[in-house]
Amino acid sequence: MSAAIRGEFRKFLSTRMWWILGLAMFAYLLFLGAVLAFSFAYGSTTASVDTGAPLLSGEDAATMTYSLTSPLGYVFPLIIGSLLFTNEFRHQTITPTLLVEPRRTVLVLAKLVVAAIFGVIIGVIATAGTVAGGAPVLALMGEGAYLGNSDVWSLLGWSVVVMAIWNVLGVAIGGLLTNQVAAIIVIIGFTQFVEPIARVAMTAVDALQGVSAYLPGAAADAVLGTSFFGSMGETDLLSRWAGGLVMLAYIAIFALGARFITLRRDIG
Amino acid sequence: MTAPAAVTIDRLSKHFGPVRAVDDLSFTVRPGAVTGFLGPNGAGKTTTLRMLLGLVRPTSGRALIGDTPYLELRQPAQTVGASLEASAFHPGRSGLDHLRMFAPQVGVPESRCHELLELVGLDQAKKRRVGGYSMGMRQRLALAYAMLGDPAVVILDEPANGLDPQGIVWLRQLLRAFADEGKTVLVSSHVLSEVQSTVDDVVIIAKGRLVHESSLGDLRRLAAPSVEVLSPTPQRVVELAQAQQWRAEPQHDGLVVLHNADAAQVGAAAFAAGIELHRLADVGVGLEDVFLRLTGEPTQEVAV
Repeated sequence: MSAAIRGEFRKFLSTRMWWILGLAMFAYLLFLGAVLAFSFAYGSTTASVDTGAPLLSGEDAATMTYSLTSPLGYVFPLIIGSLLFTNEFRHQTITPTLLVEPRRTVLVLAKLVVAAIFGVIIGVIATAGTVAGGAPVLALMGEGAYLGNSDVWSLLGWSVVVMAIWNVLGVAIGGLLTNQVAAIIVIIGFTQFVEPIARVAMTAVDALQGVSAYLPGAAADAVLGTSFFGSMGETDLLSRWAGGLVMLAYIAIFALGARFITLRRDIG
Repeated sequence: MTAPAAVTIDRLSKHFGPVRAVDDLSFTVRPGAVTGFLGPNGAGKTTTLRMLLGLVRPTSGRALIGDTPYLELRQPAQTVGASLEASAFHPGRSGLDHLRMFAPQVGVPESRCHELLELVGLDQAKKRRVGGYSMGMRQRLALAYAMLGDPAVVILDEPANGLDPQGIVWLRQLLRAFADEGKTVLVSSHVLSEVQSTVDDVVIIAKGRLVHESSLGDLRRLAAPSVEVLSPTPQRVVELAQAQQWRAEPQHDGLVVLHNADAAQVGAAAFAAGIELHRLADVGVGLEDVFLRLTGEPTQEVAV
């Protein structure tokens, strides 16, 4: 197993895609962090004269800014993770891979482990991007960056954890949707359109209100302990641990699919 | 190297819907020899190799390395080294990285990757991305991959594809060295002439079925020898051939090609009959013709 993990590590590190995507993710979250922080800072200086409802300020503004990493950036770890599997099928390296490790279960587990470890690094890069964009704006134009605050640090820590989980889920998705283009389209479509719309729409329908908490993004918010979309009127997140379990359940479903559907098929 | 192990294909079949890609195929490959696994494109060679390596599930039958199916080998990569397609590379990886990522599971240190890259002649190119490799370089890299674990069984699918003439000579020497070390070497090809100077044994399949299994020598014996004769009296040569029951094919300018005879027989008979000869030569043994006859391919189509 440890040999399989080392092999997967080398596989992951030896292509350029992960750091190109990692860099894009950092830049994207840096920009969004700065924009959101600016909107809070601007909102708090112009006060709530015309809207009547105060925008977030102080620690709440900082927390909300720092919590955007997963809700807005989760498409990146999902795609980076999926590549760990889809690259093997796209470039047919699955053949030599299965020759050196014919035990399919070991292969799937090794990829999940590597995705978890790498996910932490991706989570750190992503969270750092958000903070690097948001903190200076909050500090200079708003009411402070709150980087000495333990609640903020706890949030940043959970943000790293959630991004790591997304990366693991990405591998599992790639293991089931082995066509690279299809996997990327499904991930982008789901994260950018389906889920955001579903989460807002479900809150409007009484019967579905409880269901929306089980969507992957909502489960991730539960782990994070704060809902970016919550500010848009959604409520009822699961508890942190329940949210974590829901995410793990998604990983398990896709990973089992990878093991017992994809890797039971003939290769070649 | 692990202990020598034969490869046994035992009543192996693979059906894709109504298509019998491999149909009740049995043969064995012995250690210490190079075996050519031959057949036209689509004969079922690759499917057979993929079943042998646990990548494709047989419809029925079994394939064994020694006495163990590939999926149950305890150290598969140290027992069998296989390269199934020379295109199975991520173009963005360097040749070195391609080997490095398999080294932990094969159980060899990184130094082994460098050694092999030097052996296959990719030392200068090992840090370059595979996307820029020529077909011949990819074949060499695939070969290095197959050799990583110094396996007792080496299985190569069309390894000569894309190699230049020097490369083919080099490959031949390498395969010979493998066999001399006691390895079991199975090499597939759709062109007999590509491997005929390399292999000791041949297994020929067509349409998923075994059509011939023997040593190369026995295959040669199936081929009728032919002799080219140049004589100022070609008519007498033809008459001689009729008397000896050789098939004669008169050509232009006094040239006659005789089938089912070799130069010694023809020379002796011509001498006895007092026929003047200006040239007497064995021409090929028509091995390719035997191959085409066995695999049921009309000769004209393949006359490239």
